[in-house]
Amino acid sequence: MIQSAPVIDPPATGPVLLDIQDLRVYYRTILGVSRAVDGVNLNVRRGEILGIAGESGCGKSTLTTALLRLTRAPGYIDGGKILFYPNGRAPMDLLQIGETELRAVRWRHLSYIPQGSMNSLNPVMRVVDQFADVMAEHGTANASEARTLAPELLRQVGLGPHVARMFPHELSGGMKQRVIIAMAIALEPDLVIADEPTTALDVNVQRVIIQTLADLRDRMGMSLIVVTHDMAVHAELADRVAVMYAGDMVEIGGVRQIFKDPQHPYTQGLIRSIPHVGGERARLDGIGGNAPSPRNWPSGCRFHPRCPRAMSVCRETVPRLLPLVGRERAGEAPPLVGCHLYPESDGARREQ
Amino acid sequence: MSDNAKSIELREVSQVFRGAAFRQAGGELVAVDNASFSLTADPPHITSLVGESGSGKSTIARIILGLQRPTSGVVTYCGKDIYHLSGTEFNQFRKDVQPVFQDPYGIFNPFYRVDRIFWTAIKKFGLANSEPKGRALIEQSLRAVDLRPEDVLGRYPHQLSGGQRQRVMLARVHMLRPSFIIADEPVSMLDAAVRVLFLNVLLEFKEKYGMTTLFITHDLSTAYYVGGEAMVISQGRIVEQGTVDDVMLRPAHPYTQLLLSSVPSPDPEDRWRDRMTVTEQTAGEEIPSRERCLFAERCPKVMEGCWRERPRLVTVSDDHLANCFLYQSVGDEAGRTSDAAIRH
Repeated sequence: MIQSAPVIDPPATGPVLLDIQDLRVYYRTILGVSRAVDGVNLNVRRGEILGIAGESGCGKSTLTTALLRLTRAPGYIDGGKILFYPNGRAPMDLLQIGETELRAVRWRHLSYIPQGSMNSLNPVMRVVDQFADVMAEHGTANASEARTLAPELLRQVGLGPHVARMFPHELSGGMKQRVIIAMAIALEPDLVIADEPTTALDVNVQRVIIQTLADLRDRMGMSLIVVTHDMAVHAELADRVAVMYAGDMVEIGGVRQIFKDPQHPYTQGLIRSIPHVGGERARLDGIGGNAPSPRNWPSGCRFHPRCPRAMSVCRETVPRLLPLVGRERAGEAPPLVGCHLYPESDGARREQ
Repeated sequence: MSDNAKSIELREVSQVFRGAAFRQAGGELVAVDNASFSLTADPPHITSLVGESGSGKSTIARIILGLQRPTSGVVTYCGKDIYHLSGTEFNQFRKDVQPVFQDPYGIFNPFYRVDRIFWTAIKKFGLANSEPKGRALIEQSLRAVDLRPEDVLGRYPHQLSGGQRQRVMLARVHMLRPSFIIADEPVSMLDAAVRVLFLNVLLEFKEKYGMTTLFITHDLSTAYYVGGEAMVISQGRIVEQGTVDDVMLRPAHPYTQLLLSSVPSPDPEDRWRDRMTVTEQTAGEEIPSRERCLFAERCPKVMEGCWRERPRLVTVSDDHLANCFLYQSVGDEAGRTSDAAIRH
């Protein structure tokens, strides 16, 4: 059941596909404004798998929702830009385009694998009919053409053609998840956003899903954003990892740099908290304290109340996310780090 | 009930659920299939029960806690059937075997302040005879799990984070000083950084207060981290048991081997170099008999006999047991002896 095949590790150096600039997504609550996503800058290159990591409550899901323009009241976009450069279409700001254009972009250019997608299928429709619906609505194929394409799409995610004739309740959780993936890639979008794609799945199904997602990029050159709190999934899948804390990115770097040489104290704490089967059984430290509330972020660096290396400047000044010169790995751009441990000069950070 | 003889033992415990909901599974679902194991308080240890969703691990927790009466088999506490304990013995059992559940959001009554879960325990078990003494006890227990009493007391559950709530449950355990903790997926809803803090408290309870924990989890890496012993359960059957190092570093059962090869490694230098496919069972297929190895259709080392007979838990080396015909022959009498040894 295990076949050998080489694993390709393509570098993520394609042109920019998605460029998020100073994105702020807030919620109105009776207790005041909740700044769930607060000033995010991030880009995704064509052909890369970008992992977004962070603890629950850090704003990952709010960010994902905003990228898809699915933010609903009481949430609202307070400001920022999401520039998107799809194939065969003029560049656009996803936050500015109208509903008609948005409809044309969704699924064709930008698609989504939702969290808990096992529950995202219509329980009273056969899988093939759900494919037909999507492809007729967003694609160029009509419903009957779409029906003939469904088995091939299912094959791409490792499912047999008989699955097309089945109802969702006849499928296991992992199979439903792969049906959802097959639907997300049906129109060969430029970018797929997967929100916690492996959470709540058993380990060997989880492994198959991770392989399926890796395959999509390796074979079809699709770009992926994978949002998950599970660092092991990032280690397995991502090219670059963006670590999010309290509504903003604290560190963005190549996957090897993030795991082997993390620079921000939060990333360091996060990496140090992961137990590893077969590793030395040393006591792990974790990160003390509690995640802050988005209604009342701490002043200065939002991590300072929990940071073991906090200095007085951390309480006062918000650190900017800047390239850390001298810490880049061979062939990679320097990691972006938002931390006062590395003083700022000429728009970059340097070690003291 | 002397302290040094404290134990919880399951003998050939099975749990079958019947009803229309399982029509697709042939009218019944065998959640636990002939499970036998024991937990002893001396020396204190952590035993992990590892399994995938639906493997029956939570049902075992409920059976041990007396929340679910098994279809067959006996659960004993200090040698006595938990359904035949006297009133005093039952109270002792209730105090001595404490649960920690999975969902830090579901276990608290949202209408009451957090303090209440401490005070009910103090009153029920007569832990303190005055309010100040009780208060001192609560504060001491909260500090033992690294919570500041002023952050927690007087608050409602929704004002605490998930990690704080799970540690409040541990503080309650600390206050009661049970010999046994039955922890059912206690960290699955916690973030990584908070998770290890919780696990460290469990380890400390074992070392400082001699508490024995049954740690139920689907996450192999946390089971490896807490150490001690491990049992792997699949489709209601315990398929492998032994020390964590034996089970996780030298897995004997092909199921355990498959499980371990599927755990993503938190190291980008150590990505999977091969591909795996799984055969997934879809509903509507014929329900196979349980009188065989239930892993047979997925097993790379399957033999003809695996389809015909139920394997027994047999010795692989020392205390390392596996429920697999690779280590016994079909109809092997040695298997039966080892089976008897577990039963005493």
